[in-house]
Amino acid sequence: MAVGLDKVRPDKVTEEKHLVVEGMDISGHWNRMFEQRVIWDYDVDNLEKVTNLPGGESLGWCYGCAKCTAVCPIDIVGDYSPRKIHRKTQIGVDLFTSSDLWLCTTCMNCLRVCPKEVNMIQIMPAVREQAVLTGAVPPELQKAFEDTAKHGNPLGQPQRKRADWAKAAGVPVPIMKDLKRAVDILWYVGSYPAYHPRGMDAARAAARIFNALGIDFGILGIEEKDDGDSQRLAGEKGLFEMLAEQNIAAFGKYEFNRMVVTGPHEFNAFKNEYPKYGADFKVAHYTRFLVEHLDKLRPMLKKPINLKVTFHDPCYLGRHNGEYEAPRELLRAIPGIELVEMGRCRENGYCCGGGGGGMWLDSFTKEHTTMRLSERRVREAAEYGAEVLAVCCPFEVSRFEDAAKSTGNDKLIVRDILELLDESMKE
Amino acid sequence: MNIVVPIKQIPNLTDELEINGDGTGLDHDALQYVLNEFDEHAIEEAVLAKEAAGGTVTVIGVDTTGELDGALHTALAKGADKAARITGDFPRGTDSHTQAKLLANAIRSLSPDLVLTGVQAADDRDGQIGPMIAAHLGLPYVGVVTGVAVKDGKAIVHKEYAGGLMGEFEVSLPMVVGVQAAHQPPRYAPVSKVRQIAKTAKIDEIAGDEAAGAGSTVRRMFKPEAAGHAEMWEGGPEEVAEKIAALIKEKGLLKG
Ligand code: SF4
Ligand code: SF4
Repeated sequence: MAVGLDKVRPDKVTEEKHLVVEGMDISGHWNRMFEQRVIWDYDVDNLEKVTNLPGGESLGWCYGCAKCTAVCPIDIVGDYSPRKIHRKTQIGVDLFTSSDLWLCTTCMNCLRVCPKEVNMIQIMPAVREQAVLTGAVPPELQKAFEDTAKHGNPLGQPQRKRADWAKAAGVPVPIMKDLKRAVDILWYVGSYPAYHPRGMDAARAAARIFNALGIDFGILGIEEKDDGDSQRLAGEKGLFEMLAEQNIAAFGKYEFNRMVVTGPHEFNAFKNEYPKYGADFKVAHYTRFLVEHLDKLRPMLKKPINLKVTFHDPCYLGRHNGEYEAPRELLRAIPGIELVEMGRCRENGYCCGGGGGGMWLDSFTKEHTTMRLSERRVREAAEYGAEVLAVCCPFEVSRFEDAAKSTGNDKLIVRDILELLDESMKE
Repeated sequence: MNIVVPIKQIPNLTDELEINGDGTGLDHDALQYVLNEFDEHAIEEAVLAKEAAGGTVTVIGVDTTGELDGALHTALAKGADKAARITGDFPRGTDSHTQAKLLANAIRSLSPDLVLTGVQAADDRDGQIGPMIAAHLGLPYVGVVTGVAVKDGKAIVHKEYAGGLMGEFEVSLPMVVGVQAAHQPPRYAPVSKVRQIAKTAKIDEIAGDEAAGAGSTVRRMFKPEAAGHAEMWEGGPEEVAEKIAALIKEKGLLKG
């Protein structure tokens, strides 16, 4: 209650028949809207611990409307949303030590609908950073931090093998260090396409497509390091800054007109975060880049793929960066494909669970939810009769393939759009 | 209790190793340097000992790379209290005899109760730094240690023998220990914390005297020379399985 304001006593109120205040007619019966209600009888210490942090302020703006609860992907498989987190601080839950701290995938669906701009994309990293500094981090996430710090990628693979995937691409994949000249496109491959077996499939497909289109491109090979954006959102800001400095130095060694990235998280990092650390270059996600080349690409897409395909919008391509059309345009260009939309798509796309560190919190999240987000998502794809779940984020292929198996939807085929294009280009 | 941890940086083994033009050693300038893994365990054991018995941990190294500060900041982030850098004209790959001499001279002035260092390092694999520091300082040394507990001016050290045998020693302090493994995996220092510390930490500088000269010289260093040859098969599991089956048949390894 505001200090110094006397509590209104309804029994002392006289109702005017007709009342106009400053030109506004406020006639009507007295009701509770005009009284102070007791809403500040909580201990605000836990809330203030969050709102006192730079980035944590907006949790205090929540007025409990629950718009966010309706769209939070975690709430569908658990008990979660900014509103609930805000409310829990009032009943004694300390977010710094609560399991709630690690469940948010920073998918941004809540921020999309929140009238008060309660921003989990800033709150979560801010609070998590404090937990990271004290070492209170789930071990599997800690391991991903450690692997990234040591090896430059969260999979813990040797840095010197970062370009090994290219050997089996069947087409040349020039490495900038050997090329010794400027290129049109610097292709930032990313950790999962470079090391994960299913990511490599997409990387090799991309290499074949770029070659077929006659793109003048090069990769950084062993000079490339993880972008670090998901580690940042998971609270290891220092690690992100270190990687940003190293990557920016590596990018700066070479001349290129534009960068193309395989993954939406990298796209987000280079477009929105790296400029804060001095990066200055243009970047495109591969879907938008290939749409620019669609006139040349379309005639090469000869082999029909006669399947019902649905598309999963990556949070960091769609909601975070506003790109919904390019992936769909590419899918529509493939002959034979029947594109069906799932109920939760585009702005309201469901999260795969991999963002904001979720990629490295699988067991932890599993313990605190009834089902993985990826499992919920493949069920939705199956409900809509899709035979193929198409994706364009390197985190997703393995997540969804595992989920298809664990939910008994083995028949659902999970493919990166790159793989579908590559398939359709085969004679 | 005054605990001192001498550390050293070595080439990053996850990188491709290059041999120098003379074929007598690594091409140090082409390599990235990281902290010796056994020294990471020594730091962890030192911090654990401090947490158990109180005291201060000082981490010290010869700056052979110009990048030692990074390792020192990481050690501070893990719980060390002080850091010192020995400076001078000591290039990458400076031999263990020289490093041991420099470290011993610097450590003497710190009057340590306990010196914990990695039992060996992957670069020269001679395991000499610990014993030589002990010899220079006239202190007892126990190596291949997997746990240290300090009580009443004595250290109880666990040493691992081949075949899973364990030995327990009681040694009067001060002493030098060659750590094989800390009794807990080395903790992760969040880069956020390391970077915070890097902004404020004070690192003491100690000028090193001259090199002591290596105890041994490498006549030739070379990559393993392949005796036979291996063929790598690419392809999906089914494709590769077929090739394996065909090979087994071809070599006549199938009965009947
Ligand atoms: S939508 Fe915003 S204001 Fe409404 S409950 Fe959620 S966080 Fe609070
Ligand atoms: S960002 Fe996504 S996961 Fe996190 S609270 Fe908001 S809706 Fe839920």
